[in-house]
Amino acid sequence: MFTKLKSLLYNNEVRAVLFQLLAVAVIAYFAYQAFDNLMLNIEQRGIRSGFGFLNDEAGFAVNDNFFLEYSPASTNLQAFYVGIVNTLMVAITGIFLASIIGLIIGIARLSNNYLIRKIATIYIEIFRNIPILLQILFWYSIALNALPSARNSINFFDTIFLNSRGLYLPKPVTGFELYIVLASFFIGVIGYVFIKKRSNKKHDETGIKTNTIPHFLGLVLLLPIVAYFVFGAQLEYPALKGFNFKGGIDLSIEFFALAFSLSVYTATYIAEAIRSGVESVDKGQKEAAAALGLKDSWAMRLVILPQALRVAIPPIINQYLNLTKNSSLAAAVGYTELVTIFSGTVLNVIGQAIEIITLTMLVYLTISLVISMILNIFNKKMQIKGN
Amino acid sequence: MPIYPLKETRQSPQSQTKAFSWLKDNLFSSLSNAALTFIALYLIYLILPPILDWMIFDANFDLTADNDSCGREGACWAFIDSNLKMFIYGFYPQEELWRVNTMFGIIIGLVVFGSLIKKSQYRAHYIIGAFLIYPIVAFVLLHGGLGLEVVETDKWGGLTLTVVVAAIGIVASFPLGILFALGRQSKMRVVRFISVVYIEFVRGVPLITILFMASVVLPLFFSAGMDFDKLLRALIGITLFQTAYIAEVIRGGLQAIPKGQYEAADAAGLSFMKKTVLVILPQALKVSIPNIVGSFIALFKDTTLVLIIGLFDMLAIVGAATSNSSWLGRDTEGYVFVAMVIWVILYSMSLYSKKLETRFSTEHK
Repeated sequence: MFTKLKSLLYNNEVRAVLFQLLAVAVIAYFAYQAFDNLMLNIEQRGIRSGFGFLNDEAGFAVNDNFFLEYSPASTNLQAFYVGIVNTLMVAITGIFLASIIGLIIGIARLSNNYLIRKIATIYIEIFRNIPILLQILFWYSIALNALPSARNSINFFDTIFLNSRGLYLPKPVTGFELYIVLASFFIGVIGYVFIKKRSNKKHDETGIKTNTIPHFLGLVLLLPIVAYFVFGAQLEYPALKGFNFKGGIDLSIEFFALAFSLSVYTATYIAEAIRSGVESVDKGQKEAAAALGLKDSWAMRLVILPQALRVAIPPIINQYLNLTKNSSLAAAVGYTELVTIFSGTVLNVIGQAIEIITLTMLVYLTISLVISMILNIFNKKMQIKGN
Repeated sequence: MPIYPLKETRQSPQSQTKAFSWLKDNLFSSLSNAALTFIALYLIYLILPPILDWMIFDANFDLTADNDSCGREGACWAFIDSNLKMFIYGFYPQEELWRVNTMFGIIIGLVVFGSLIKKSQYRAHYIIGAFLIYPIVAFVLLHGGLGLEVVETDKWGGLTLTVVVAAIGIVASFPLGILFALGRQSKMRVVRFISVVYIEFVRGVPLITILFMASVVLPLFFSAGMDFDKLLRALIGITLFQTAYIAEVIRGGLQAIPKGQYEAADAAGLSFMKKTVLVILPQALKVSIPNIVGSFIALFKDTTLVLIIGLFDMLAIVGAATSNSSWLGRDTEGYVFVAMVIWVILYSMSLYSKKLETRFSTEHK
């Protein structure tokens, strides 16, 4: 009987079950203790709990607001939405800029030209090895010092103004005219995609290439511009009133400092991803392309890049995610995105740390999940078929 | 059979000097390449002179100058000189600075001695011993006790704090990271589930939210009597964060181990513990060393974030020093100086990690 029990204890499966039960018990115990303390602390300090605070009046103004209706009389929930939109705006701007800079630097790093290659390498080594927070603070202080005050704004044709508070752009007034211009833009894009597809099909079938650049210019650029002039959409211009500009689109200097630093920093990683992607392509591929008589630029576009991108794009998408997470450092310069608004201002006013920080984390988790889903879909599509 | 006489070998062409041919190959090989060269030269012309002017030619190197007499044309390096102690030691009391120096001195000595006894059979004992004893010595030196005057952690700052936070972060997260990496690879469902959720959760949120969590929420989970030091809270946050990243790095190493190693260890009748500690982990860790160094570099960069929860690391000292009325408006000098110091540290670490990568690389070249 006893030996049977002992052998049961040495059975791997039984052990696994016991061990897992133990793990769950330990975690449950600590969770219970933590919860107990939490309840006690909340009661002692008189902190409210629950998500009721979301409907309270926010009572503070935000500097940056893109599309949403917001005033200090709005609720905390609306402030939360403004925070999310601002996070996404700075992330999208940063991702766009970082991709362009990263692509340029990545290609420069592979250049035949010694100087260009060295400049790219120095750029990467400098900006990669300086903490992003330091870069944000540095560019912010440079921008504040270098740009003029509102009265002495840098003036571009009385429509665009730049000063140490931000950049002021004319804003299209929402109305019938604006919708016409937007609609013509979308019609142009759809038309161009259609023409491009047909020309690709023709190329596949007959080998005859058609130049689609004029179609692109005509449909995507010219059509909306013509529509704008024909229907005359109204623009609201920024104007100096008192100490600052009113009206138009206003992008704060904090937004620029943040988007700029994030893209300069992330671009170094994107450039490295592109370089390692291109270097991962077997040398034989380039030689085979040359043997087929493709000139260098064609070999790059048709043979090297498609294979390089398969390797380069997953780390690049990861960098996009990192950029989005790093945008939370806005708290250091006061750009009013999710962390600044919610984990900063709202937390200071309301004090419900658990609810507020959990909500903040959930937003980032959602963004992360969406991005890793995109990554998975990409990886599945890009798997080498066959074999 | 015909005989072919050997022709006389020709001299290699001497018309081009080495420098000239290098220039031709690398800068002017084609028209477009030459154009690129001029673009690059123009870029250098645009960027370099203003930086050099500010840092050197227009700068004031008079270390006795004060904020007003320094001028605003270029950098005022007297600012760095007069705040140097603060940049390195934070607000650590003047007369106790020898303790910080001793702490750094000992670690340098330990590393040098360790590299001298590379071939000794006691090297492993030495390393393990140093790892166990040094943290205690360092803590006593830095914090006080045992006859030394206690220096509260809110006095710690500057480069010292940066290094302390990064070092504790990496040392504490390492064993935890191994546990979570093993947990994620485990066959036990509950353990695997917990590990996956933890790792993916932490990797999905920014460090700053975890630091907020640690500094604001964590104290709520403990009974009111426990007083949490601000530095300790930051350290907990950073360790929790770093654990997830280290776990992923080590998981990469675990996955690189051929299945045969597991099977061989099983066949030799090793228990799970012995298999893991003696066979799997030594190989997995060796494979992941370059990535662990990489992750340490990332952690070192991330330690600057502690300024947001109110600790005075080197970066925060810039703000503290320039808010002093005698050095108003010198933040650029401060940021440039801190950037240079951190850059040198990070760049040497990244060179080291590249060296390790080639040393451990088993790929065919």
